[in-house]
Amino acid sequence: MEKYGIVTIGLMVALAIAIFASPFASSFPDGLEWVAEKVGFLHLSEEYAAWTKSPVPDYEMPGVGNPAVATALAGLAGTLAVFLAGFGLAKLMKSDKSGGSAA
Amino acid sequence: MHIPDGFVSTELSVAAFAISGAVAAVALKKAGKDLGEKQVPLLGVTAAFVFAAQMINFPVLGGTSGHFMGAVLASVMLGPLNAFIVMLLVLSIQCLGFADGGLTALGLNVFNMGVVGGIIGYYMFRGILAVSGKSKNGYAFAVGAASWLSIVLASSVCAFEIALSGTAPLKVVLPSMAGVHALIGVGEAVITVSVVSLVAGVRPDMLHKQMSEARA
Repeated sequence: MEKYGIVTIGLMVALAIAIFASPFASSFPDGLEWVAEKVGFLHLSEEYAAWTKSPVPDYEMPGVGNPAVATALAGLAGTLAVFLAGFGLAKLMKSDKSGGSAA
Repeated sequence: MHIPDGFVSTELSVAAFAISGAVAAVALKKAGKDLGEKQVPLLGVTAAFVFAAQMINFPVLGGTSGHFMGAVLASVMLGPLNAFIVMLLVLSIQCLGFADGGLTALGLNVFNMGVVGGIIGYYMFRGILAVSGKSKNGYAFAVGAASWLSIVLASSVCAFEIALSGTAPLKVVLPSMAGVHALIGVGEAVITVSVVSLVAGVRPDMLHKQMSEARA
């Protein structure tokens, strides 16, 4: 495998996790939610949301009936979006008069 | 530990946006110099892996779950400033695209996971490495210990923010947050050590340049 072998493999692993493992993730509250529930301030987060235009709220692709498929599709879309954004941003940062001293 | 809207005061949210914004401005300007030519696509892959792995909540204790954070993983692979960039990107996309983490709390979440997790996590790793030695085991120990510490520290800072906002008393929220995250941190350490060892075994040249030198 030449230059980008590990990159391709890494992306495949990330996509596989997002698509195949995400439907099996634990639905227990996370550490912070658990503490908030126990201490009694969880309701504060349910009173208002500053941003309500998320295209894929709560990692479930809208319009997909099967919840496992909806989560898998959300994982696929998110992982690809993050990869492209990260790759693109890194390219911009690298080309920005860095002189290539770190190569 | 993604803070939702409603847990923290407006003053603290604004202050955190200012601090995280300032760090972002510096990181966007300087992180490119710290990135090897071959690491450009690796930043995208690391961010993608962090996003995907953060979806996988694993159960801890009865009735609680935690998930991977990935800040120390990113900092060992790409250096502290690029780790911050990775966390900034992942947290912003989670917040805006997936309603995970409140928009008003985005500055705080970026501070907790990007600055505390990624940047401070990196220097904790370097500090531990100086003591543990740069053998294979010493390296793995430093990666694991820094990963665990990054979770406990970031969650403790999160507890301070909630207490400072007057949402809950510190003496209640700090031990709870640190306690449950001490367990979640074990998962963080296992995953980070596994991934870094795997990459170091196959392509050590892909790691952050100071890391490859440390291992040479």
